[in-house]
Amino acid sequence: MANEQLVPLTPSEGSSPKKPPAEAKSEKKSDYQGKMHHMQKEMMGRYFDRLTACAEGKGGKAVYMMISGNPVELIEALDMIPVYPEVNALQLAAKKTSLSHILKAEEMGYSIDNCAYVKADVGMYFAGRKTAFATIPEPDLLLCNYVGCNVYLQWFEHLQEYSKAPIYNLDIPFCRTPDGKPTKEDIHYVVKQLEEVIAKMESISGNKLDFKRLQHILELSSETGRLWSEIKMLTKNRPSPFDAYFDSVTMMAPLYCLRGTEEGLLFFQEAYKEMKGKADRGEGPLPQERFRFVIEGPPPWPFLRQFRDMFSRWGAVAVASTYSTVGGLWEFGFRHDPQRPLESIAEHMLYWNLSNRNFLQRYEQIKNYTEQWGADALVIHSIKSCRLFSAGQGDMREYFSKQLDVPTLLIESDLEDPRYFSEAQLRNRVDAFFESLEHKKMMVKH
Amino acid sequence: MATTEVQPTLESIFDFCREVVLDTEYSEAKRWLAEKPGRKAFGCFPVYCPVELFHAAGMLPVGIIGGGNQIEIAHADSRFQSFVCSIVKSTLELGLTKRLEFLTGMVFHSICDPARNLASVFHRNFPEMYVEFIHFPQNLVSPLGQQYLATEYRRVLDGLQGLVGHPVTAEDLNNSIRLYNRIRSLLRELYRVRAETPHLLSAAESYVLTRASTLRPPEQHVEILEQALAALPGRSTRPKDRIRAVLECAFCEQPPLALIESLEEAGCYILDDDFLQGWRWFTTDVPIEENPLRALASSYADRSHFSGVKHDLRHPKAEHLIENARKHKADAVIILAAKFCEPALFDYALYRPALDDAKIPHLFLEFEEKAWLFDKLRSEIETFVESLLFD
Repeated sequence: MANEQLVPLTPSEGSSPKKPPAEAKSEKKSDYQGKMHHMQKEMMGRYFDRLTACAEGKGGKAVYMMISGNPVELIEALDMIPVYPEVNALQLAAKKTSLSHILKAEEMGYSIDNCAYVKADVGMYFAGRKTAFATIPEPDLLLCNYVGCNVYLQWFEHLQEYSKAPIYNLDIPFCRTPDGKPTKEDIHYVVKQLEEVIAKMESISGNKLDFKRLQHILELSSETGRLWSEIKMLTKNRPSPFDAYFDSVTMMAPLYCLRGTEEGLLFFQEAYKEMKGKADRGEGPLPQERFRFVIEGPPPWPFLRQFRDMFSRWGAVAVASTYSTVGGLWEFGFRHDPQRPLESIAEHMLYWNLSNRNFLQRYEQIKNYTEQWGADALVIHSIKSCRLFSAGQGDMREYFSKQLDVPTLLIESDLEDPRYFSEAQLRNRVDAFFESLEHKKMMVKH
Repeated sequence: MATTEVQPTLESIFDFCREVVLDTEYSEAKRWLAEKPGRKAFGCFPVYCPVELFHAAGMLPVGIIGGGNQIEIAHADSRFQSFVCSIVKSTLELGLTKRLEFLTGMVFHSICDPARNLASVFHRNFPEMYVEFIHFPQNLVSPLGQQYLATEYRRVLDGLQGLVGHPVTAEDLNNSIRLYNRIRSLLRELYRVRAETPHLLSAAESYVLTRASTLRPPEQHVEILEQALAALPGRSTRPKDRIRAVLECAFCEQPPLALIESLEEAGCYILDDDFLQGWRWFTTDVPIEENPLRALASSYADRSHFSGVKHDLRHPKAEHLIENARKHKADAVIILAAKFCEPALFDYALYRPALDDAKIPHLFLEFEEKAWLFDKLRSEIETFVESLLFD
């Protein structure tokens, strides 16, 4: 099937893009800049400074890790520095500097059809390891937390070939049993591997794991997770106080890079306070909330603003997003347990994140969002680079639109490669979708 | 098509196997099912599949390895996007067009993201089917990985026992291991003959013999393999002026038969390949032990053929390929990757510099199982062959 067929033009489309009703239009920026944003900038700035200092040989041991179900608590407990190639890659994209790195990787032999996160990261690795925010240190340990994404295995395998750094594949069995839960053998296997990882990190860092400290870090993580969960519950309000896709991004960086620290907790306390205040005052990210939708799939980082505006102009707010659960599913009850540190980390990696759950569990998660968060529609943003997310989303559309009668839009672009973002085509599709949704709403009213 | 009708001449064996391979109605498996009421067949998606577990439970494991260019994709491309490999879509299409209704279940493995999601899509679309998913460990450095795999096999077997309604003993498993050891050793022998005397057995011929072994009762296929091996030395074909190549990266989605033939006709002897790698599995026999599940698990870790979905950090990625090319005294390596196959495409990025360093000429080709025309590929390989022959 050709790309064009994935975003078919309906007979009413094809000419000039539809204009949303006048009352929905707003010149006002559709995002919000409060105290939490300044805190985020400062804290993440300090985190990036640590990376640069480490890269310049001023101290610290860098542990490369993947975002999905990351065990950052262990890294923190051993005073090492977590480095996320995905975060670096997305920053290259957001700053519109990814393409040259992608092309460099393709020259090296990577395919046009390989994940562009990997290609951008590899290109950057051979171009001095610099993003707009930091110089990325060479890895002291490549800790491949294989949580769902098979590309992770290859990404780290390649980084190992290039850097010759020590590597450990932390193998996390996928959720595959009839009840969707990990078996006791799965948990045992992961805990035993975590023990090996700890021994490896101790030898690389020269630090000994203090179990009491790990427990304290888990307490901080647990409270951070609770606040994050409370924040996510706030989008059940009408209007939703923030956009659970575009605004969640601000909170995801501290969630992964600073979780398990006092600073990270402070950020989430402030974020909760601000968002709760907005909810209490009935404020939302847009002048008027006209549509509430759930969104599935990662964002198109190179064109985040353009993408957001496609929805904002219709008064459409994301009340829940699957992307914000890649690192963990706190809103469905997960908390780190300081009394069972390694088991709890294992359960986080095995079960309490989106990536390691099977595709049908994701359908359930989305169904839950549409029902409990009161959404009018589902938007599936299908990403070429990330087949973990995208492969089979046509079936997902079938399930939601035909079986559950949830209006569903499937659109396609990429999270890293700017060559796959066709703005006019996407806008046409989004406009046609919300126009038809509006029509349906009017019919119901009458 | 009964086995008794097969004449033990090489040509008739190849013709028969070719017919089996191209048959998207799976008549051989259905014939076996019809022979005795209550029999069950189980579909196995690539790459590695522990067929012994299904066989020991009394079922026939059947290789469900896409629809090739024998079926039209009419429904599955609305479920899986344009950037997903063909085998995922054609396998779903086989299901949506009711060609897989003879199967009691399907097993998928942790090989890549699309195959993993396909397991879920099967589960939803075919609720009457028993869908199993096996997590193959990707930590092979630690002994924990293979210990874990034995427990994973136990879990799968427990489910199968429930499905067939009777226990499966260690003896049952060992009997199945013996039988499949026999099949695999015959296939190894076939590959050895081909590597040593490639003019006696083409890659396409060895392919149909191997692929038919995924589609027929193993008890019956042993006989065919033995007959073929016995007849090969008597063949009178003469060596041709061709380059010697080993082929890599086609371990999951399979190239069309005509493409394999084209590669050879364009001037290559393909001395070794990784077609159907997961069905040939092991470099030596699986040992017969008191605990067969442990023997199977340790065999995956320590004696299975490499493929791009097995991430074994004990060895550099390209090591096996360079060794294999040297072992076969190959003039060149052909990388034949399925379009959109991320594991294969990623591997190529590491193979390329390693082959350059080892000064082994190489050619990268992409294919889709559904293709019919290979003119472009053929001319690429002809140019490559000429550059080697007349360099």
